[in-house]
Amino acid sequence: MENTANVIEMRHIVKDFNGFKANDDINLTVKKGEILALLGENGAGKSTLMSILSGLLMPTSGDILVQGQKVAVKSPTVAKDLGIGMVHQHFMLMNSFTVLENIILGHETVKGPKIDFKKAQQQIEALSARYNLNVDPKKKVSEITVAQQQRVEILKILYRGADIMIFDEPTAVLTPQEITEFIQILKELAKEGKSIILITHKLEEIKRAADRVTVIRSGKSVGTFDVADVSNNRLAELMVGRHVDMKLDKPAAKVGKTMLQVSDLQVKNKQGVLALKGLSFNLRAGEILGVAGIDGNGQDELARALTGMQHINAGKVVIDGEDMTNQKVRKITEHGVSYIPSDRQKYGLILPFSISDNLALQNYYRPPFSSHHVMHYDAINEHAKQLIEQFDIRTTGSDLPVSDLSGGNQQKVIIARELNLDSKLIIAFQPTRGLDVGAIEYIHKQLLLERAKGKAILLISYELDEVMQLSDRIIVLHDGNISGEVKPEKTSDEELGLLMTGVKKEGSALA
Amino acid sequence: MNLMTILSLLVSSTFVYSTPLIFTSLGGVYSENSGITNVGLEGIMTMGAFASVVFNLTFASSLGKLTPWLGLVVGGVVGMIFSLLHAVATINFHADHVISGTVLNLMAPPLGVFLVKAIYDKGQTENITQSFGYFSFPGLADIPVIGPIFFRNTSAPAWLAIVVSIALWWILYKTRFGLRLRACGENPQAADTMGINVYGMRYAGVLISGLLGGVGGAVFAQAISGNFSISTIVGQGFMALAAMIFGKWNPLGGMLASLFFGFAQSLSIIGNQLPFFNHIPSVYMQIAPYVITIVILVLFFGKSVAPAADGQNYIKSK
Repeated sequence: MENTANVIEMRHIVKDFNGFKANDDINLTVKKGEILALLGENGAGKSTLMSILSGLLMPTSGDILVQGQKVAVKSPTVAKDLGIGMVHQHFMLMNSFTVLENIILGHETVKGPKIDFKKAQQQIEALSARYNLNVDPKKKVSEITVAQQQRVEILKILYRGADIMIFDEPTAVLTPQEITEFIQILKELAKEGKSIILITHKLEEIKRAADRVTVIRSGKSVGTFDVADVSNNRLAELMVGRHVDMKLDKPAAKVGKTMLQVSDLQVKNKQGVLALKGLSFNLRAGEILGVAGIDGNGQDELARALTGMQHINAGKVVIDGEDMTNQKVRKITEHGVSYIPSDRQKYGLILPFSISDNLALQNYYRPPFSSHHVMHYDAINEHAKQLIEQFDIRTTGSDLPVSDLSGGNQQKVIIARELNLDSKLIIAFQPTRGLDVGAIEYIHKQLLLERAKGKAILLISYELDEVMQLSDRIIVLHDGNISGEVKPEKTSDEELGLLMTGVKKEGSALA
Repeated sequence: MNLMTILSLLVSSTFVYSTPLIFTSLGGVYSENSGITNVGLEGIMTMGAFASVVFNLTFASSLGKLTPWLGLVVGGVVGMIFSLLHAVATINFHADHVISGTVLNLMAPPLGVFLVKAIYDKGQTENITQSFGYFSFPGLADIPVIGPIFFRNTSAPAWLAIVVSIALWWILYKTRFGLRLRACGENPQAADTMGINVYGMRYAGVLISGLLGGVGGAVFAQAISGNFSISTIVGQGFMALAAMIFGKWNPLGGMLASLFFGFAQSLSIIGNQLPFFNHIPSVYMQIAPYVITIVILVLFFGKSVAPAADGQNYIKSK
């Protein structure tokens, strides 16, 4: 009888991708009405395991039991029929469709040849009322907030009658307030008897939301624990497999002269709309200025305008006393600016090129790497070997294409190239995006080292924890304006969350 | 000429020249809403025109007045078969949509001429004997003012095209099939997770565009050119494509834009019969439709929003 309480049982799951075992004998059980967290680093096999459960992948071996019955989840449709629904990290929504159309897609009730929109709307309104998910079914997805879009995703799987709901990194795109609301919704759903699997690498959220946690590492089960019985430090150790410094060693800042002075910066985006509406701020040598905010509030434009990749419509950028407004990229770089872009594969690296070539991208045109338009590969390779050693890039050779490296090592290539320039100003845009705990720790330490060397660092990040941990000051971007400036030791996630949604800070010097 | 005659002449000739554009742009709307860019409409029209003329010449004596209508069906079916090439290349083999469409455009005219040579042993066909003539709707034609302008001596295929546009709008926005088709053009990966057969829907979109493009070509051949040669379809497919963009990928928009382009084309033909226009040198009137097409594309292309995943291949992971 005890067994029937397990809604899902995954036994000895193995998934072999051409010899690489993404899942190697993993066990997982979910009970009715509980929230189970699935914890692991990037590449530990969480997504593979959940893809198997939701019918996107077939396991190489192992059994899946749903309500005690052995099943073969051959496709997403089979998963749906078994009551399994998944909310993907990147929302699976049609932006130009209405909320209603998104929810019913693939599961439409028809009246004759026509879709019965009226009945669907009633059903959706009933569901949103029951689970407290307030969304207007007639609005277009492009018109609602990210948090509301997530509710649409939840409604989508509820509409299909899901009893087992999988959430893949659901809070990555939410503000602290929205996270609190989201966890409330999860608890509500669990109370109604839904079983929830929460894929995450954020320990704090596991503590707040989950009942039990299953930890996996390098494709293997580490174990399942009651959340109440384990500490965050212990969970981090289990996840990474070694002791992790949760606290960074951050000495007091030794601030020097002003390195970056931005005044009344206005930049238009691709659609010709002002994305930055007159930003002004300063950054001094030896400090880290964090730029917090939700994705799409002008961060892209800020990074691109400062590095010369986007036209500045009005305002001024002064770097180390020299006007760099609308200067050429190379001029800005040679003036002493390093840039770590947010999308390493698109903007940071040339993927098919070798590691050495990628490391030489900033100075290939100068001696000793070339003279009279002829490249000197000996010097380039020598330079690469040195950086590979210095920055601990894990590779079997400097001539490998950079696409062969893991995400963390690709990022190290960029960090090595940019920090080696010994610039006065470092612009780091999402420097740890998609990296695992070990790599994040490494990059954070490097940035703090640069700070100690007296570099000015502008850290633009959507990860609130990162901004809070590293910054000496934080400015918050909202809708192309600075909605507030705070000190990390004197603020809270809640205050930042409010600023991120545009609520101006009372009595702030900038208000 | 009084105003009444001028208006009815303008309307009926606008209808005649719009009809092929309406059908073809509707085809474009369906293909692109499923996510497959279709610049091959020109080639598809050429094949439709060729097939309908051959059919018409062969069966006119036995089928009589019904011949051009059955010619539409034949043109549509041949267009559909021809568009299969585009579907296979883009959907199964993930070819670039524009290149595959260009292949259709480059292939169709020589193929048509080659077949004409093989069948009739000459460079172009005879003129057909059974073409779409002018048609008066019984009853409706007698309504004062509106009757003579819209319903007397008018084009029956044009009215069919307008009815089809409305039906296709309804299908695209009100039915399950339409919703799923649009989903594949908007976000195929999401559609896949919702259990929709993306490849199947995209095949449907392309084949419908082949059918309608073929019908468009068949209308042109049997109502306007009257025969088939290398220069039967010269740019109408691209005008239909422009009409689709101008009409914002919506069937009704495509129809209205096609009517506008048809109006521009008909002005160049009947301009010499109209006051004012008869003073403009005819060469300007003849290039006007093409100039208007280019101007409209330049003005609207960046602004008019295509389905989000239009032109993107979807590769299902195993």
